[in-house]
Amino acid sequence: MRNIFNYIDRPSPVHRLTGATKLVCLLLWSFASMLTYDTRLLALLMLLSIPLFALSKIRVRDVSFMLGFTAVFMVLNNVLVFAFSPQHGVSLYGTKHVLLSLGGSYEVTAEQLFYHLNLVLKYASSIPIVLLFVCTTNPSEFAASLNRVGVKYSVAYSVSLALRYIPDIQREYHEISQAQQARGVEMSKKQSLFKRLKSASAILIPLILSSMDRIEVISNAMELRGFGKNKKRSWYMARPFTGLDYAAMALCLALLLAALWLNHLNGGRFYNPFI
Amino acid sequence: MNEEIIRFEHFGFQYRAQAEPTLYDIDLSVRKGEKLLICGPSGCGKSTLAHCINGLIPFSYPGESTGRLLVGGRETKEQGIFQIARTVGTVLQDPDGQFIGLTVAEDIAFALENDCVEEPALHERVAKAAGLVGVDRFLAHAPEDLSGGQKQRVSLAGILVDDVDVLLFDEPLANLDPATGKQAIELIDELQRETGAAVIIIEHRLEDVLHRHVDRVVLMGGGRILCDCPPDELLSGRLLSENGIREPLYLTALKYAGVEIRADKHPAMLTELCLTEEDKALVRAWFHSVPAAEVPPERPVQLEAESLRFAYANGHEALRELSLTVREGELTAIVGTNGAGKSTFSKLICGFETQQEGTLRFAGQDLKELSIKERADRIGYVMQNPNQMISQVMIYDEVALGLRTRGVSEEEIRPRVEETLKICGLWPFRSWPVSALSFGQKKRVTIASILVLRPQLIILDEPTAGQDYRHYTEIMEFLLELNRRGITVLMITHDMHLMLEYARRAAVFSDGRLIADADCAAVLTDAETVRRASLKETSLYLLAQRCGIDDGRAFVRRFIDYEREARGI
Repeated sequence: MRNIFNYIDRPSPVHRLTGATKLVCLLLWSFASMLTYDTRLLALLMLLSIPLFALSKIRVRDVSFMLGFTAVFMVLNNVLVFAFSPQHGVSLYGTKHVLLSLGGSYEVTAEQLFYHLNLVLKYASSIPIVLLFVCTTNPSEFAASLNRVGVKYSVAYSVSLALRYIPDIQREYHEISQAQQARGVEMSKKQSLFKRLKSASAILIPLILSSMDRIEVISNAMELRGFGKNKKRSWYMARPFTGLDYAAMALCLALLLAALWLNHLNGGRFYNPFI
Repeated sequence: MNEEIIRFEHFGFQYRAQAEPTLYDIDLSVRKGEKLLICGPSGCGKSTLAHCINGLIPFSYPGESTGRLLVGGRETKEQGIFQIARTVGTVLQDPDGQFIGLTVAEDIAFALENDCVEEPALHERVAKAAGLVGVDRFLAHAPEDLSGGQKQRVSLAGILVDDVDVLLFDEPLANLDPATGKQAIELIDELQRETGAAVIIIEHRLEDVLHRHVDRVVLMGGGRILCDCPPDELLSGRLLSENGIREPLYLTALKYAGVEIRADKHPAMLTELCLTEEDKALVRAWFHSVPAAEVPPERPVQLEAESLRFAYANGHEALRELSLTVREGELTAIVGTNGAGKSTFSKLICGFETQQEGTLRFAGQDLKELSIKERADRIGYVMQNPNQMISQVMIYDEVALGLRTRGVSEEEIRPRVEETLKICGLWPFRSWPVSALSFGQKKRVTIASILVLRPQLIILDEPTAGQDYRHYTEIMEFLLELNRRGITVLMITHDMHLMLEYARRAAVFSDGRLIADADCAAVLTDAETVRRASLKETSLYLLAQRCGIDDGRAFVRRFIDYEREARGI
């Protein structure tokens, strides 16, 4: 794995959007899905992500690992909510339709099931779009995008540098740990916690020391080539906005406004079908 | 006469954290279009001089300066580091460390981006600079897809995007294999002619830089300029050897033969060297007078690799059908380009990775039966960068670590550690913290921490990387001493001198296979092997041809034997 960006280069309209557009859209979309529990909007967001995936030519198996990972979390989250707070739906929606009694306070109510449906929709409306962003955004464009949405370029560039050096540091960690194992430093889980901490330091100390050398070299190299000279900088990978970019951002803005408007109509974050 | 671009006047510098100045009374002038080589042993102040030129001093490394330093006609302390960078473009030593961008194109564009250059000029200038150094086909590549030489070309393109007057190279050959280093020197030469900039190369590998014409050599020592003259003059004097810089091998050979070296013979380049018939006769006479060294008796086999095959998880096939035999007490060099499989081979021996096919036997035992830790009791592995191995604060604890993790009692550890420290020449420092040591001494500590486990075979990855001639000789003499005590030594190296001078035998890897396994003279005089393994033909071979000696290989062999005799190896 090269870095956290699992960029898959395929020709598609989604890939053609600039990184900044995708970042703005991701933010707007996530806010929309975070701000509301309106079932109708969440369902719409979820359904919308299906044609988006098709449009961007990202296949389910490209992201199957992350999807599986989030599915496990989603199930866990639901189980825990039901275990600790089986009457949460009742208190939210104000009515109580018991479908099944499990003894004690454990009852299956229509309200609770509806709340769980909303919880599932929350995941289903937000996670696919994050994955889509990660798969269609060229990491090289990411720093430029951050800068474009107003993050200071020195901060934005540090993200880019991290992406550049993560693979190097991973490799170095691996090499150091091998050499230390040869000297008898045990890495296995059989050891006591104290011994494991000691072993970890046998790898981390050399790693930190050599990373310090690396930082000195890189900061000199950057300074010698004028990093920090001006208040602004241009970006090789930046691209101009096109009509498609504006359209995408407008659509996502509309979704966010819809969320706010629905919250207003519902008099809260929840859509209540029980009254 | 061209315009003067750099001028030092009675310049001195002292780092803030140091008690003594690093530079004293420097007077130096560089004109546009000139090519300068600055050499000197480690700690002579040559890197500090470079930092003064490109503005890292005083802007990143503060300190006190005396006298004047003008770059582009103005004092550096009155300019900022960014202004100086408009005049001086710097290529740093480590091509990997200075690669900033995620791709080649972004890295080349870096300086332009910081200058707010907009499209379409940005793309055009990047393409032009990439074309100039021949990396235009790799614009979208990530650094890990490039070789060391390509990375260096990218850094060069990164400063050529601006029209600078001075190109400053800080040890450009340090991380390159011999053939790539030769190409780098040729490229620098071409670029200078194209751009008309002044070129300053800081490097202690004199012979390799002199592969192309140099106007002046500045020799430094103890923070002062000892000599500033054309290379022919420097090479005909004694200053080089007195200051721990290795002279070109062909000159050493000529001196052994009793040939007088004078500046008017143009000793700086072998191709331009004037040799009279008498000189040639002297060389031939010397060649015939030196007896061939005895071939040592054959020892029992220690390490045996048979048809090793290994591919990494990403599908990269690092070793294909590799077989190699190492005998007890040998001192063997493993050479070859980056990616030829040298490091993978040592990882398989140590057990860090496991081969998919083939067998590895050590003293008759299949290594598969042994864990990493058990193998380490017999086979020691020393990494290239000592900072990657050292994890303890005190030298004593660092050396004792391997014994402690093996549960040896403290009473037993003490004499073993003390004995090892004595062998490694670290006894005077036994109660010091590691951080107080120099790079070369740290290297010794890492070797000591492996030796204390009493291995029979020790594998060293680039044992002399980053060392000047003096420290290099110290480390190698030390390894020889260990070898004499019966420890087998395997060295992975790019350094041709190292293999020529110290290794009995060279195993040449190329593309995951063993393409040659012979004595070093044979390897370095075989044109096909030299080409495939990205090595460089030794200048001794060319000298033999110049002097009418048909058997160049025998000449190289005699030279090596003579040198070893002289040093008592």
